[in-house]
Amino acid sequence: MISITTDKLTKTFNSFTAVDSVSLAVKKGELFGLLGPNGAGKTTLISMLATIKKPTSGSARLCRHDIEREQSKVRSCIGIVFQDPTLDEELKGQENLDIHGRLYHLEKGKRKKRISEVLKLVGLSQKADMQVKTYSGGMKRRLEIARGLMHRPKVLFLDEPTLGLDPQTRRSIWDFIKKLKKVGVTIILTTHYMEEAEYLCDRVAIIDHGKIIALDSPNRLKKKHKGKTLEDVFLHYTGRRIRDEEAGITERNRRRMRFRG
Amino acid sequence: MKKQALLKETDAECASAGEIMIYDAFTVWLREMIRFWRSKSRVIGGLAMPFLWLAIMGTGLSSIVPGVGGASYIEFLIPGIIGMTLLFSSMFSGISVIVDKQFGFMKEILVAPISRLSIMVGKTVGGATTALLNGLIILVLAIIIGVHFAGLTGMFISIVFMLLISASFVSLGVAIASRMSDMSGFQMIMNFLIMPMFMLSGVFFPIDQTPAWMQTIAHFDPLFYGVDGLRGSLIGISILPLFVDFIVLSAFCISIVLIGTYLFSKSEL
Repeated sequence: MISITTDKLTKTFNSFTAVDSVSLAVKKGELFGLLGPNGAGKTTLISMLATIKKPTSGSARLCRHDIEREQSKVRSCIGIVFQDPTLDEELKGQENLDIHGRLYHLEKGKRKKRISEVLKLVGLSQKADMQVKTYSGGMKRRLEIARGLMHRPKVLFLDEPTLGLDPQTRRSIWDFIKKLKKVGVTIILTTHYMEEAEYLCDRVAIIDHGKIIALDSPNRLKKKHKGKTLEDVFLHYTGRRIRDEEAGITERNRRRMRFRG
Repeated sequence: MKKQALLKETDAECASAGEIMIYDAFTVWLREMIRFWRSKSRVIGGLAMPFLWLAIMGTGLSSIVPGVGGASYIEFLIPGIIGMTLLFSSMFSGISVIVDKQFGFMKEILVAPISRLSIMVGKTVGGATTALLNGLIILVLAIIIGVHFAGLTGMFISIVFMLLISASFVSLGVAIASRMSDMSGFQMIMNFLIMPMFMLSGVFFPIDQTPAWMQTIAHFDPLFYGVDGLRGSLIGISILPLFVDFIVLSAFCISIVLIGTYLFSKSEL
């Protein structure tokens, strides 16, 4: 069964084409990796699939719902862990999850059950009653992942889920992602860590300049290009030039605040 | 059929689309309230300025202005100060939209299966609740220092006006904030809008005794109707009949919520 299809999906900002006519299909329960240098269009692609950016042209369907015409249905079947932090730091961990449960219309009993369930899963049960601003970076990340899972999404987007985490936390998140895959959740993962993609993904798409330039299982890609690692394959396709990135609004503001503070 | 599908997918406690919308707006409101409760400094900060205006300007001007239309100057001033407090705290509550964008929480709200209208309504009611609290505190303070008001009915009517003023200006603030991403720019625009509205609303002087040109401009100021309504209901002195104030302000409130929702739904992150 197909979980996600996109048909010539395109997003342009003024004259810049961030996502250029991307067509792909992802099976239900597949763990699909999106790889690409900074600014390649991974996050923009995910944002369109998650209905927070409108495509300039083309179309896409998630769980058979059109991303433009059936936004609300698409939204209730997806979960997303963004690249930038999206927690309310003034709220306690448990309150963040409670608000999330309400936003996804889980009734009270279920909300309570799921909150303790996901907190246990990411090992934050002890910290549930602390304000998120007192959390460490890794704890915040784990809380975001817990939140993204709380409403049992059919499709889960993980935009660089292990960025800046220590090896322990990264391992536990990997195990966890594998567990999710077993229960049939479709997962779209972006990452810059090639070993992560190799370890986790059924198939990977390498994106550059908004276009998919390679798409296959990590093993077949390696064989095809006689590369020892996925990183060799990646560099083969995308070259060695360093890219500039147009950062998202959150990141931009964070930088600005850092300058001020 | 549609209803059932929705229930199945989301386990909503509520049934109709309208109820779901209210439930979602409540969620957005609830979060605003938790945040508000955590930052007591916002309450105190919001009250400091009107208190200064009242204590210093009120006392100062009382010595040269004997009274307006049968009321003492302080009595005349209080409804205006309430209107001013509502204007300031309402307009600036739009800043929560920018804070949510900067700290990323806006994304969490935007990917959730809730309508843009309920986000707008939740934010508006949230901002209006805190503004209204400020207004009520000034009212109670005034009663404590011995200001005489027209009676209980008048007080209830004044609360209706407070609600309308808060809802109108919160949605104006939220609408503008939904198009902006930078905090200092928002503050600039707010001051630029707030100051003329504040000065022309007749907080300090009766507009009907000003030159014709000023009266004409004042009639384009939504807060003018708010202050007039508050004054009419609290001390029984008003330029226009109360129902006119009520209708104009309600019309402004509804149209600005609709425009705000439209702008908000168009905004991308």
